[in-house]
Amino acid sequence: MKTTPLTDVHEALGARMTDFAGTNMPLQYRGGISHEHNAVRENAGLFDVSHMAEIRVDGPGARAFLRFALLNDAKKLRAGRAHYTMIPNDQGGLIDDAYLYRLSDESWLLVANAANREAVGDRLAALAREADGVRCTDVSDDWALLALQGPGAAVLLDRLVDADLTAVRKNDTLPTELAGTPLRLARTGYTGEDGFEVFARPADAVGVWNALCEAGAEPCGLGARDTLRLEAGFPLFGHELDPTTDPRCTPFSWVVKDKPFAGRDGWPDVPACERRLVGLRVTGRGIPRQGYRVLNEAGEAIGSVTSGTVSPLTRDAIGFAWIATERAEVGHEVAVEIRGQSVSATVSDIPFYRP
Amino acid sequence: MHIPEDRKYAASHEWASQPQGDIVTVGISDFAQDQLGDVVFVELPEPGDRVAAKDAVAVVESVKTASDIYAPLAGEVHEVNPALEAAPEAINEDPYGAGWLFRLKVDDASGLGELLDADAYRSVCEEEA
Repeated sequence: MKTTPLTDVHEALGARMTDFAGTNMPLQYRGGISHEHNAVRENAGLFDVSHMAEIRVDGPGARAFLRFALLNDAKKLRAGRAHYTMIPNDQGGLIDDAYLYRLSDESWLLVANAANREAVGDRLAALAREADGVRCTDVSDDWALLALQGPGAAVLLDRLVDADLTAVRKNDTLPTELAGTPLRLARTGYTGEDGFEVFARPADAVGVWNALCEAGAEPCGLGARDTLRLEAGFPLFGHELDPTTDPRCTPFSWVVKDKPFAGRDGWPDVPACERRLVGLRVTGRGIPRQGYRVLNEAGEAIGSVTSGTVSPLTRDAIGFAWIATERAEVGHEVAVEIRGQSVSATVSDIPFYRP
Repeated sequence: MHIPEDRKYAASHEWASQPQGDIVTVGISDFAQDQLGDVVFVELPEPGDRVAAKDAVAVVESVKTASDIYAPLAGEVHEVNPALEAAPEAINEDPYGAGWLFRLKVDDASGLGELLDADAYRSVCEEEA
């Protein structure tokens, strides 16, 4: 199993560790998932997300290349900005979803899911061989990645780094220093809160982590990361999205911009969308979990749950599900089959929570 | 890890009290509640339900996962803990007391002899930790 530069720190903090996509990662610390979740909603939590895959794309042809390789339009991204995007496959589905950062005019960074590191790297490398003036490099092991998230994140970080964070907007990215340590900051995250992602050299990771914790950030594990992203209405590849997903049938259809892209021939011009990805709130007694069936009033299966939990903040039982389009409108009454019982649920707007 | 010696344990992490007449109280161990994390939902059997030993009779759910609870002995469900619907966190806070799950009217209290004592159960936990 792989480790991160912070694995020893997590173990010393008493974290419960888990194998996540081949990396030994903290699931939770001693306070537990609910405590960590609420720390992010109320003040500031700190996550080690160094397992994420990072691919550098450089060169004068990088912009045109990324415009073609990805579904969102890299043309719209100015230097120092970032956006959410997806990587299409040739069969009308997705290789992964990702975040794209434009570091400078000709230098870009794509952050993808750890489990898809190879698939994304292979795809970009194959496309780059056909393109001019572009070089793709897997730099996943060159960076530790921390996420400082929560309404208190900006104030906490502002005291420590050289940059003036009041001038930094959501989705901005910039190089700065923390007590002489070079960092890259991005005002991005996966929790629905304001916050920053911090790229540091692996050798500096422990120092940066400790400085942020001493300033008041609560260490948070992957358990809270999952409940936070779900509550914020963000998809997780492997759950809501997979190689068969047409994103135009999801709430994230806005990512797909009207332009040519690699694999376009395998995509229908207009998606059939016989099923749609929706938010669910269980109104009866029970918690939706991945794989549970969604039923109509006749008790027939019309879909299945892709992620579910109880919100540690509101105690609502919430989840995502792919369901038949005729029942997919917000407000429709459906049911979730929980241990053989039909439990009432409502198709819900996402996000489930807004700061 | 707290493992009181006044009761018996199943390897699946339930505890069973010493019988009061033919009534045995059942809950989950401190180790089990710690492994589960914050309990947010409990599904209990109905009083009057017949259960066999090792039947899955209840479900305890944390934020992260749902976990089956097995009957340590055969019998009839006599009573369930009414406080857990509103306050399932009692299972985390006081697993051997206020967080009890249900009471069984057992068919044969001598079945307790086949469950683990505190020392044997501690070895089970140490192996899993």
